[in-house]
Amino acid sequence: MTGALLVATALLGLAASLAGAIAPGRIRTLLSSVLTIASCGFGLAVATEVLHTGHVAVVHTDRLLPLSGFSLMLDRFGALFVAVSAVVGICAMVFRLGYDGHGLSSRTASSVLPLFVTTLLLVPTAASVTTFLFLWELMAVSSLLLVLVDHRRRPEVQEAAQWYAVMTQFGAAALLLGLVLLATRTGGQSFAAIAAGSAHLPSWVKSSAFVLVVIGFGSKAGMVPLHVWLPRAHPEAPGPVSALMSAAMVNLGIYGIVRVGDGLLGGGPVWWWLLVMTLGALSALFGSLHSATSTDLKRLLAYSTTDNVGLMLLGVGASGLFASAGHQSLALVALAAALLHVVFHAVFKGSLFLTASSIQQATGTRDLDQLGGLLKRMPVTGSLFLVGGLSIAALPPLCGFVSEWLLLQAMLHGLPSSNPAIAVAMPIGVGVLALTGGLTALTFVKAAGIGLLGRPRTKPAAQAGEVHESMWIGAGVLATLCLVFGVAPFLVIPAVLDAARNVIGTHIPDPLVGGWQVGLSGIHGVLAPGLLGLGLLVAVSLVAGARRLVQRAAVRRTEAWGCGREVQTARMQYTATSFGEPLTRVFEDVLSPSHDLDVSHVAESRYYVEAATFHTSLNDGFERHLYRPAAGGLRWWGTIARRVPNGSVHRYLAFGLVALIVVLVVVA
Amino acid sequence: MRTTWPVVSVVAISLLQVLGVVLGGPLLLGLMRKVRCRLEGRIGPPIRQPLLDLRKLTRRERTRPDQASWIFPFAPLVLVATTLVIAVIAPLLATDPGFGWSADLFAVVYLLLIGSVALALGGLDTGTAFGGMGASRAMTVGALSEPALLVAVLALSVPAHSSNVPTIITRSLSHPLWLATPGRLLALVAFMIVIVAESGRLPVDNPSTHLELTMIHEAMVLEYAGPDLALVKLGESMRLAVLFALFANLFIPWGIATAPGAGHLALGLVTTMAKVAALGVGLASFEVAVAKLRLFRVPELMAGAFVLSVLAVISALVVP
Repeated sequence: MTGALLVATALLGLAASLAGAIAPGRIRTLLSSVLTIASCGFGLAVATEVLHTGHVAVVHTDRLLPLSGFSLMLDRFGALFVAVSAVVGICAMVFRLGYDGHGLSSRTASSVLPLFVTTLLLVPTAASVTTFLFLWELMAVSSLLLVLVDHRRRPEVQEAAQWYAVMTQFGAAALLLGLVLLATRTGGQSFAAIAAGSAHLPSWVKSSAFVLVVIGFGSKAGMVPLHVWLPRAHPEAPGPVSALMSAAMVNLGIYGIVRVGDGLLGGGPVWWWLLVMTLGALSALFGSLHSATSTDLKRLLAYSTTDNVGLMLLGVGASGLFASAGHQSLALVALAAALLHVVFHAVFKGSLFLTASSIQQATGTRDLDQLGGLLKRMPVTGSLFLVGGLSIAALPPLCGFVSEWLLLQAMLHGLPSSNPAIAVAMPIGVGVLALTGGLTALTFVKAAGIGLLGRPRTKPAAQAGEVHESMWIGAGVLATLCLVFGVAPFLVIPAVLDAARNVIGTHIPDPLVGGWQVGLSGIHGVLAPGLLGLGLLVAVSLVAGARRLVQRAAVRRTEAWGCGREVQTARMQYTATSFGEPLTRVFEDVLSPSHDLDVSHVAESRYYVEAATFHTSLNDGFERHLYRPAAGGLRWWGTIARRVPNGSVHRYLAFGLVALIVVLVVVA
Repeated sequence: MRTTWPVVSVVAISLLQVLGVVLGGPLLLGLMRKVRCRLEGRIGPPIRQPLLDLRKLTRRERTRPDQASWIFPFAPLVLVATTLVIAVIAPLLATDPGFGWSADLFAVVYLLLIGSVALALGGLDTGTAFGGMGASRAMTVGALSEPALLVAVLALSVPAHSSNVPTIITRSLSHPLWLATPGRLLALVAFMIVIVAESGRLPVDNPSTHLELTMIHEAMVLEYAGPDLALVKLGESMRLAVLFALFANLFIPWGIATAPGAGHLALGLVTTMAKVAALGVGLASFEVAVAKLRLFRVPELMAGAFVLSVLAVISALVVP
């Protein structure tokens, strides 16, 4: 039954892709979107069924891929990710119906987009190394094509796609090496065979496979220092695609690390997980800092994806650390917190990317310094953006708070263990979590405050109007989920716990108290997000009533105070750049800002300034100190190596002979 | 986990706490102003002056900058509402207020953050340079004080095995020796620095400054008038009172009502008020002696507080 649903998901996805390729222009978008939504619907159905009953869905055929066959198997852990991808997919497709421009309605894009969504649904179901790599590459290539759809009009798209192509292929190579190493050493390429054989592997094989896999999956998740492509490619992609990439695709990086590290390899030594935690902490800090100082709305969201992936990795690493120290129950809590953050991040980041694309469509720009006053001009879109932003800033009673709280609790209760690694890692982890939390609040205040509030800074912003209703619905469903999951986290927590148990041990008893509260069993004190939300609602109404009671007169609209100036213009407002300036100064060493002041004087006298331009930009330290030298080295190697193949047939024959001899020597 | 105290006393505690915070906040500000004036050789306004100011403001007209959206009048409501919620759930005068089981210290921190975020958005909504300037600075200082605050919370929660405020207070009442451990003392200093920063007191921000380019909080709320301004001022003073009361009960818990009953509650009320007043006098005297820090020196102060709280956690593990 579930297997059939899984096949239906895949077939509908292919049908949608086909419809996008051959349907006539008028109904192309509608038909391919509806079929994709149906595919996501089936995916959601099978995922809910598996999460609910725990019965594993299996599909195997020897036909599709040569030699190895094509095998899918959906367990509870994978089902969680399928469900997330399906919900984001449905919302992105509904959004797409009203979204025009950026070339997304072209024949190629309409045919590749369903393929991308289908691979997002199927990657977590892959049950063997070949099937997994096939689907993984299909996902990478289809998303790359979708990033490229607007390349004719905007040259920066090409650069973004180049970065993405290189990084995703680098990651895929690391993944291939790691997984093949495991498959050859355990004597089977199905995940079940690897999991069965991994217990007898020598530790160097396990460790090198784990490191390779972390590199491969980390590059897809946008983990520092492999993140460089993400803040370029995610913003340049068309709206629904950037939502799918940030809310669904990066999750699969986390999926892979947990599936291989905890599932196939069955956990590992302390240093593995300290490595994961360190990378997570770096990603969280680096991402939140850059997101706090970015002025491009979608780039800011993309950096914040790196930040949130860092928090998920912190949870995954803490879970592994607890498991290797023997605290099974805490390991489950930490992993559940990480997975909960995966779900919640998908919900709020999806909604934020979709509303940001609405804003881009309505105003024609993503630059915060050219927006302003949009909440009055786009009340629905603006309010949806506010909800997403409050969730990402982890403010109760919205969903981001619950997962961060659970992660904090896991770290707190893991502390009194005897393991010194834990004792050092946890307070630093809490510090990282707190700093990123504060910076995210600042980022959101900047994005919403500069973009939506105050005066419009440019004419397009002043003339912006609401977008198509389907775009409201697409983003609105996700924004509603932010609120619903935040107030009633019990709707997702059991599913997340089951998914986490699925990889780290089904025997672990339920570590959380159920119902409207969230808390650890056997520990005093719980979090009651519903109560906090209700309390806030009551208190706000009471205070509003009191204000109404003491002053019934109507509010007078006045000119804001401007130091005695008669006219206030929009240029006098703070911009996103100036909002982030104090932070840029504080973190000067990390952000290494470069300023460029150009003053030209009047010809007659040096004392009069004719024009002044000021340009400031922030640099990605990793890009400058790691990637530029690496790219330079590659180019150098390219010019050197070009001399070797000079077109002479004799030389090529000699190469062939030498290679054959080397192979024979090695084999012998 | 649920309270076993009679409903009457639980309701009485909640009401007393809310009333105490709403009236006590402005009085605390008045007291601090008085102390400051006296130390500077002036007589100063009466202690109840902030309450009189609030009454005056409620009679004034409400205004709204012509470009502002609904966020602007909504922000002061949120500021006061978050503090009210904390005043209901947090153990300010008794260890078991009605919703004490939900008074998680992390949740309290994030509730306070909601108020700050609302005010910053209100500041940006005015569409003026001052609003944006104040919002930017307030959020920067807030973001940088967050690590010190949460790690200090962690240091307090480790020995109690819980981040629930009533549990922490009850456990430290039954283990009085905890209060003198190095971990506690370090956390105490870190907490105090963060409270000073969060409530915009010297040396981080000067609450009595107006229209100078150094101001943080006042710049953000410059456009509020009438009842809205009253709410902002009330909210700020309530925050200070709540933070002081929590601080006092976390570090010097004696006197807080541990059992229901009028006598216990009266004692709790009096001791909490005395502790908060003492802290107010202390901070006001300190404020007389220091000058405001440059904005870009504040991060150093926050980094220092963070180091103190990490040390507090580690020493809480070593000396449980």
